[in-house]
Amino acid sequence: MNINRREFLKIAGVSTMLGLGGVSAVNSLRNRVEASQISPNPEALTAKRWAMVVDMSKFKTEEDYQRCIDACHRVHNVPHITDNPKHEIKWLWKETYEHAFIGNEDEYLSEEIKELPFLILCNHCDNPPCVRVCPTKATFKRESDGIVMMDMHRCIGCRFCMAACPYGARSFNYKDPRPFINEAKENLEFPTRTKGVVEKCTLCYERLAKGLKPACVEASKGSLIFGDLEDPNSEVRKILSSRYSFRRRPELGTRPSVYYIF
Amino acid sequence: MYNGGKIIIGLIIFVGLVTYPLWNNMGKATVKPDPKIDTPEILKLPEIDRKCIESKAYMKKEHMKLLNEWRDWVVRDGNGVYVSAEGKRYTMSLQNTCMKCHSNKKKFCDECHNYAAVTPYCWDCHIAPKEKET
Amino acid sequence: MLEKAIKGGSRYWVWVFFLLSVIGIGFLAYLYQFKYGLGVTGMSRDVSWGLYIGQFTFLVGVAASGVMVVLPYYLHNYKKFGRITVLGEFLAIAAVVMCMLFIFVDMGQPLRVLNVILHPSPNSVMFFDMLVLSGYLMLNLLIGWTVLGAERKDAPPPKWVKPLIYLSIAWAPSIHTVTAFLYAGLPGRHFWLSAIMAARFLASAFAGGPALLIILALIVRKYTKFDPGKEAIQSLGKIVTYCMYINVFFLGLEFFTAFYSQIPGHMNSFVYLYTGLEGHSKLVPIMWLSSILAVVALVLLIFPKIRKNEGLLALASISVFISLWIDKGFGLVVGGFVPNPFERVTEYWPTLPETLITLAVWAIGFLVLTVLYKIAVTVKEEVVFDKYGESQVRTE
Repeated sequence: MNINRREFLKIAGVSTMLGLGGVSAVNSLRNRVEASQISPNPEALTAKRWAMVVDMSKFKTEEDYQRCIDACHRVHNVPHITDNPKHEIKWLWKETYEHAFIGNEDEYLSEEIKELPFLILCNHCDNPPCVRVCPTKATFKRESDGIVMMDMHRCIGCRFCMAACPYGARSFNYKDPRPFINEAKENLEFPTRTKGVVEKCTLCYERLAKGLKPACVEASKGSLIFGDLEDPNSEVRKILSSRYSFRRRPELGTRPSVYYIF
Repeated sequence: MYNGGKIIIGLIIFVGLVTYPLWNNMGKATVKPDPKIDTPEILKLPEIDRKCIESKAYMKKEHMKLLNEWRDWVVRDGNGVYVSAEGKRYTMSLQNTCMKCHSNKKKFCDECHNYAAVTPYCWDCHIAPKEKET
Repeated sequence: MLEKAIKGGSRYWVWVFFLLSVIGIGFLAYLYQFKYGLGVTGMSRDVSWGLYIGQFTFLVGVAASGVMVVLPYYLHNYKKFGRITVLGEFLAIAAVVMCMLFIFVDMGQPLRVLNVILHPSPNSVMFFDMLVLSGYLMLNLLIGWTVLGAERKDAPPPKWVKPLIYLSIAWAPSIHTVTAFLYAGLPGRHFWLSAIMAARFLASAFAGGPALLIILALIVRKYTKFDPGKEAIQSLGKIVTYCMYINVFFLGLEFFTAFYSQIPGHMNSFVYLYTGLEGHSKLVPIMWLSSILAVVALVLLIFPKIRKNEGLLALASISVFISLWIDKGFGLVVGGFVPNPFERVTEYWPTLPETLITLAVWAIGFLVLTVLYKIAVTVKEEVVFDKYGESQVRTE
């Protein structure tokens, strides 16, 4: 057979493409698990849009705050990074007024307010910029209840979401977190994360599925109020209609779901 | 042929590299994988209940795909309950369902994975059950 | 034509092996980073993008600048650029390769990179960035290789190349606009939230890219027999001049908006970069270096007599390139993260592994450039006369 190099390469290339295409076509036709075999948990808590109200008047002692933070970080195996503050990972933490609500700095603000430690977490915005920028939809807004979720298996660690979040709510695993998790206090029912992915508060979606309130809400003993913003009879709506509330940087159009009251 | 010497030598080296796994493992005994399902949790169940969520043949072939699909259903769609072919309901969770019965990762999961030389990265995040002394 | 890259003198091979050794060391550093995670770099929870993304941003500009030689030649028949277009296209290829490598080394889970294709997200600017960069790479490879191959055979290039060339002219500004959009649409990062971000990017790209091309053309003329053309280099000099002035003007516009409005969010990053914020001032020296180099370049470039002196033009080009490299490849990215969303300052400086990996990626880019230029130069030395009948080879 008289064939030159160019012809040979053309034939080889086309055969490879056909071969690969055929294999993937056959694979996709294989029996899949039927979608009818899936159903939601019967005891799950549901809502159209989850929201939280942080009632600063109910927090009295340092211990009140730390209880909530410890509950969250323990239930989710959040590592406590000790060797480099730059690699810190936090889902729920405290911040002073002028740093949490930037743009409101005022030297004549009352000392009491200046020193009040506001609890900060992901705001689970209704219009989240982090979801808008994620190139793989690893972070996405759950259609059922508005929680801004993290799919740890899909995250490629590009950290675009960290640049996009105007609230500094996200942390990145700059190294393996496992050495920094206290083994004695590990929650064996929840995974850890691995190096190279972004993490943040996910509103305890796994607890909501079992009919439980978020860990921080339960530990707060009433200082954190949790409910459905779109249910006019929910506790959060009742509070918001009777008290003055404010959110972090609302002018950015993100429509955060975490409200603060004094 | 042109450059015949270089081509023949190159071919010999190529064939040698490609068949390396074959002649490197010659003579080494390989034990057939024997995943053990005699964990204390399984033995606690009455014999008729000692069934996985699907048949052994199905799980052997499809557990990789099943776990992937479970993950997407739980994390992305918010659905947590799986109804097996037999109609039984299970919570979809590697750590809290699968490993509750198969609590011996080294003698179960690793048996076949080591034999096939695959390293699934489940355990980078999912906490493996603590190995018991037995 | 690839075989032309494996025949060279001793100087060529010394350069190639130097690049290979830099790549080797950087590769080992990357293995270290792959094992331990991105914590080996200087990045932090607050400054989550650093040198890698900065270099990527700068190099997309260099890649886009290929259009500055392709457009006048193919769209307006500017004959003087006839010999330099292939150098511009090959520079674009090397730059895009570096861009993609910088993205790859910056990722926390690089093995999952295909997720961007498997789960397309048109809402994300990064998705489009991946598309336009890949498209631009393929366009330039196809066009550059085909046109050079045709010249080698003393034949006109095939007709289908023309529409692809026109496509690449439109595509080039788009790659840099999309990159600017990565920054310009993020609420809460006021340093980047500016409508003229894409315009600034393009202006600095069209100043920095041609500046590098001038230096490369002068090197090619000195070490090979191929002469890209004195007038071509002079035209590039004019392009660098105008674009550098526009770029500095745009920077001035940003300064005005920030400081006349006196809004802290807009001013803070500039204050950090140029004077230091709350005692933190790590970047101040290099930002001022960038400004001084820019002024030196502008002064040298405005006078035609100085521009006509190729030695001084080279000096001005080096000054432009380094100034823009600092400004866009470092200051822009780090400045956006300082101060953080809580108005606190966490500083950033690259670590040794980070620097070694960066140098390795640059070395890979220069290796690609060297190989491609070797092929182009060898072809042109053989052909001697370009399509207008002029000699493109220096006669001793």
